[in-house]
Amino acid sequence: MDLLRFFTAGNVDDGKSTLIGRLLFDSDSISTDIIETLTKQSKTTGIDADIDLALLTDGLRAEREQGITIDVAYKYFSTEKRKFIIADTPGHTQYTRNMFTGASNADLAIILVDARNGITDQTKRHSIISSILGIPHVLVCINKMDLVNYDEAVFNQIEADYNEFAIPLKLNKISFLPASALAGDNVVKSSDKMTWFKGPSLMEFLENVEIIEDTEIKDSRFQVQYVIRPQTEELHDYRGYAGSVLSGSFKKGDAIQIFPSEIISEISKIERNGVEVEEAFASEPIILHLKDNIDVSRGSTIVPFSQLPSTEKEVNATICWMDNSSFKEGQKLLFQQNSFRTKAVLKEIESKIDIHSFKDLESDGTMNLNDFCNVRIKTAETVSFDSFRKNRKTGAFILINENTNSTVAAGVIG
Amino acid sequence: MKLNYLDELEAEAIYIMREVAGQFDKPALLFSGGKDSICLVHLALKAFRPGKLPFPLVHVDTGHNSPEVIEFRDNLVAELGEKLIVRKVEDTIKERNLVDGKGKFPSRNGLQTYTLLDVISEFEFDACIGGARRDEEKARAKERIFSVRDEFGQWDPKKQRPELWSIYNGKVDKGENVRVFPISNWTELDIWNYIKRENIQLPPIYFTHSRECVLTDAGQLMANNEFLTLDDSDVLVTRNVRYRTVGDMTCTAAVESEAYTVDEIIAELKESKISERGATRMDDRVSEAAMEDRKKGGYF
Ligand SMILES: Nc1nc2c(ncn2[C@@H]2O[C@H](COP(=O)(O)OP(=O)(O)OP(=O)(O)O)[C@@H](O)[C@H]2O)c(=O)[nH]1
Ligand SMILES: [Mg+2]
Repeated sequence: MDLLRFFTAGNVDDGKSTLIGRLLFDSDSISTDIIETLTKQSKTTGIDADIDLALLTDGLRAEREQGITIDVAYKYFSTEKRKFIIADTPGHTQYTRNMFTGASNADLAIILVDARNGITDQTKRHSIISSILGIPHVLVCINKMDLVNYDEAVFNQIEADYNEFAIPLKLNKISFLPASALAGDNVVKSSDKMTWFKGPSLMEFLENVEIIEDTEIKDSRFQVQYVIRPQTEELHDYRGYAGSVLSGSFKKGDAIQIFPSEIISEISKIERNGVEVEEAFASEPIILHLKDNIDVSRGSTIVPFSQLPSTEKEVNATICWMDNSSFKEGQKLLFQQNSFRTKAVLKEIESKIDIHSFKDLESDGTMNLNDFCNVRIKTAETVSFDSFRKNRKTGAFILINENTNSTVAAGVIG
Repeated sequence: MKLNYLDELEAEAIYIMREVAGQFDKPALLFSGGKDSICLVHLALKAFRPGKLPFPLVHVDTGHNSPEVIEFRDNLVAELGEKLIVRKVEDTIKERNLVDGKGKFPSRNGLQTYTLLDVISEFEFDACIGGARRDEEKARAKERIFSVRDEFGQWDPKKQRPELWSIYNGKVDKGENVRVFPISNWTELDIWNYIKRENIQLPPIYFTHSRECVLTDAGQLMANNEFLTLDDSDVLVTRNVRYRTVGDMTCTAAVESEAYTVDEIIAELKESKISERGATRMDDRVSEAAMEDRKKGGYF
């Protein structure tokens, strides 16, 4: 069985949490004791239904009190066909970083639009984030169709508007679905009020949508997370590099190069699950052994000698600024790419992306909360990377404020 | 090649544990003797063998455990040759003059936090790996995999760091710590499928056995044990029961079951309409935000 990770996004109150609640409720995926609790709680939220399905994911006290989602909630369910991990993210601009968090690992984005309001700034912002993150597939769910008489013309108009807006985003694949999360139309079952819609219900869509893989990545990448040195009598000379294969595959005997040290060596042994294997593949946690007794530490990148990555002390990237305090060119940070961390300085903010037109605007040299900027970052140590489009694993990084320790930005290398 | 979902969950958990080993000076693995922490230990062995585990196992012992679980714990540790640190809630109660849990089914869940925070400061742990899963409870569903706690161990749900891709930021100041949850994305059924696949051994109370139980007003079955004080009105029944979670004998209910094997447990869970906590916990029924409040106070 395979696993589909998706998230819901869109403006505040477009119905993201209700949609997830409805999907789980109508597919019989919620335990009876949870339904009991939700029914009790629903009496206090003042919504006009027996059960406020948004409460299923709005698990924090403040969320229940304010009727909004503040942070991403993860939910799990499965059908005969698939397992699903859902991230229900907040629509509030203030919490965009939490939306980003839920989106970063997903295979599919569900972007909700309130049929009455059409496309909003948040629809655009979340679509841009999906584009920057290279989410393989976006489903635009036009919700609250019950409030527009299930009118096909409304749906068509929003579909057309979205398609036009999305042209410069270069999203891989876009699908559309009219629904009512509240009434359950087209969520698990196809709606009898929208017979004009010929596509699948949300559930059918989720069960059958193709999961687009990163497997076309040809280049093999490995990063050292931890060095295993038992230093016992019988394993006196054992020195293994623990980490996961980030992409591609590694074979015993491969000629490799290590970065940033640039040392050349050869793979002498690969262990997986305590046994020796000939070859290891993407995502597998392994222990690598090298032929030469050299110094390799955490954060070192190992690649086949025939597939070298870019290695620079300067990267050009698109970043989303996630901290409440603004940031200026010339300020220092920590740069972290998987297990590799180095000091860095923000050399230049080249431009700011306009969320309406997706065009590059001139920057005034500062970044504020939720800004998307094209930047140039200089690092203390050499970074080995690929462009994010080519490799999601080695093209992504975070920036950390050295003083507060917070994660202040997410970046993808251009 | 796409990994099978159990391989994918396993790979994620191992990756997270190795990040802990790489990023922290003094990590620990919180071990309760339950199925989730037993799976954690299994995953840790996969992550670090043939080396020693880069952290000790730490058990915050409430003193209300079933003896089978303690026996299992001690055997496991002896077999692995790893270090175990045990700190007892009982001692914390004495040292700090605390009031023990009251009522018919007294819980030491809240008191456990004191012992936990004490052991963290005693050993200056900067990261504690725990077996919490997001499918267990609505506040847990909101927590990051690397969950930063302040120097009082408190979780502030409004100030969680963004957590992007599988890039984990474990940077904290001295005195603060990070709670790390490698099996966040596993469900109860995933755990059992994994136990089956890996042939992981568990304490016997997870499998059905005949036991004398008190039938509670809410219809739950509480094993009759030395920590309970029975009233004349209590109804004692003998049933075939098993535990879905291992917690204090005083406030964790057993469930009726005919499941003798892991396969039978998996079949039973697929049919079950009640959540793990709903079926077994008495303490979370007290308030709608019981877990959130405990986490804000430093609990797991
Ligand atoms: N009429 C109607 N109301 C809906 C529908 N879906 C959601 N709602 C209502 O819209 C309001 C907001 O729903 P939520 O699900 O909380 O919205 P959200 O998108 O999760 O909001 P945030 O997470 O705070 O951004 C609630 O009052 C819902 O009952 C729908 O299909 N039709
Ligand atoms: Mg919501």
